[in-house]
Amino acid sequence: METITLEKLAENFQAKIDADIKIEPNDWMPENYRKTLIRQISQHAHSEIVGMLPEGNWITRAPSLRRKAVLLAKVQDEAGHGLYLYSATETLGVSREDTIDDLHEGKVKYSSIFNYPTLTWADMGAVGWLVDGAAIMNQVALCRTSYGPYARAMVKICKEESFHQRQGYEIMTNLMKGTALQKEMAQDALNRFWWPALMMFGPSDAESKHTEQSMRWRVKRYTNDELRQAFVDATVPQAELIGLTVPDPKLKWNEERGHYDFGDIDWDEFWQVVGGNGPCNKERIEARVKAKEDGAWVREAALAFAEKRKMRENQ
Amino acid sequence: MNMKSNEWPLWEVFIRSKQGLNHKHVGSLRAPDAEMALQNARDVYTRRSEGISIWVVQSSMIVASDPTEADALFEPADSKVYRHPTFYDLPDGIEHM
Repeated sequence: METITLEKLAENFQAKIDADIKIEPNDWMPENYRKTLIRQISQHAHSEIVGMLPEGNWITRAPSLRRKAVLLAKVQDEAGHGLYLYSATETLGVSREDTIDDLHEGKVKYSSIFNYPTLTWADMGAVGWLVDGAAIMNQVALCRTSYGPYARAMVKICKEESFHQRQGYEIMTNLMKGTALQKEMAQDALNRFWWPALMMFGPSDAESKHTEQSMRWRVKRYTNDELRQAFVDATVPQAELIGLTVPDPKLKWNEERGHYDFGDIDWDEFWQVVGGNGPCNKERIEARVKAKEDGAWVREAALAFAEKRKMRENQ
Repeated sequence: MNMKSNEWPLWEVFIRSKQGLNHKHVGSLRAPDAEMALQNARDVYTRRSEGISIWVVQSSMIVASDPTEADALFEPADSKVYRHPTFYDLPDGIEHM
């Protein structure tokens, strides 16, 4: 039998990537590619699940039955998206439970945006419009990522998420047609969520330690700064159309570049929140740990019941 | 398998989107038994009327071909171009055959 060297395998792997041939679970892949994907997909899964918390906070207080049904459907979608992504992570050979425990033990992260509180109903508008808007920008790019199960999950998620952004923008639009107080509430939500939404794309390209390798492996198809710029360009006119002011005095259309110029992001705040010191980090993880612990007996009972029934059938 | 003893087994989910089409693999999920797997598949994979029928199969029951042997397995078909209609010459004037 012919022995294939590790270099040859790596070379074949990169050739497949360069030819845009998707990598599937049982294919050979470099150990670091596997690790990078486990980190990225599980973080993505955790973001979907933790992301249910700030919005779940408003389900019982939605201002109408229509808004309540919509919010419920959105939060349910996020649960589904978390599940697609946990399945995708498992195809890389890690156990789902270990992945979840890593989150609870602070070994892996989730999107820093969910560490901000949702204080008013307008925040549901801002979250849908800006947070889902930023997530979609990122996820549309990931539909072409090189790992098959991740790309397929992304296609499904993008299809389902298009309503998430629209319902948020609709909330903002309606508030901006309302009373002075409602307009103020919408503007306040934008003021609080604008900069954290820009931070969702991650550190600048110069600072991002994973970007270069991830681009070479086509795990990422665009850099953080490219996606952030695309988001600003798409979102600013949407704010202007309904009379909202983006809280950035340096924001200005640059005719020459064909893009908006925008102010500096407060990276100290970003690293503080990523590092666990955001307004809600502790609360979010506590809620997840409690959900796992409180639900343990249900999972054990369901498994015991299934085993008992199997035994009876075999008798 | 990386399954822990207290973890629910993994199931593969197949959905028939409408009458007349095959069931198609859509993803996987964890569930304690077949009945719960079907119910969970309904909630996870058909929230927007994607299906009219669901199959679930425990992932450990699936036997898959080895990707490193794909060349040896599928190459024999590549060399048999005469299995395709385009291999054959037809005289001018014959348009549909």
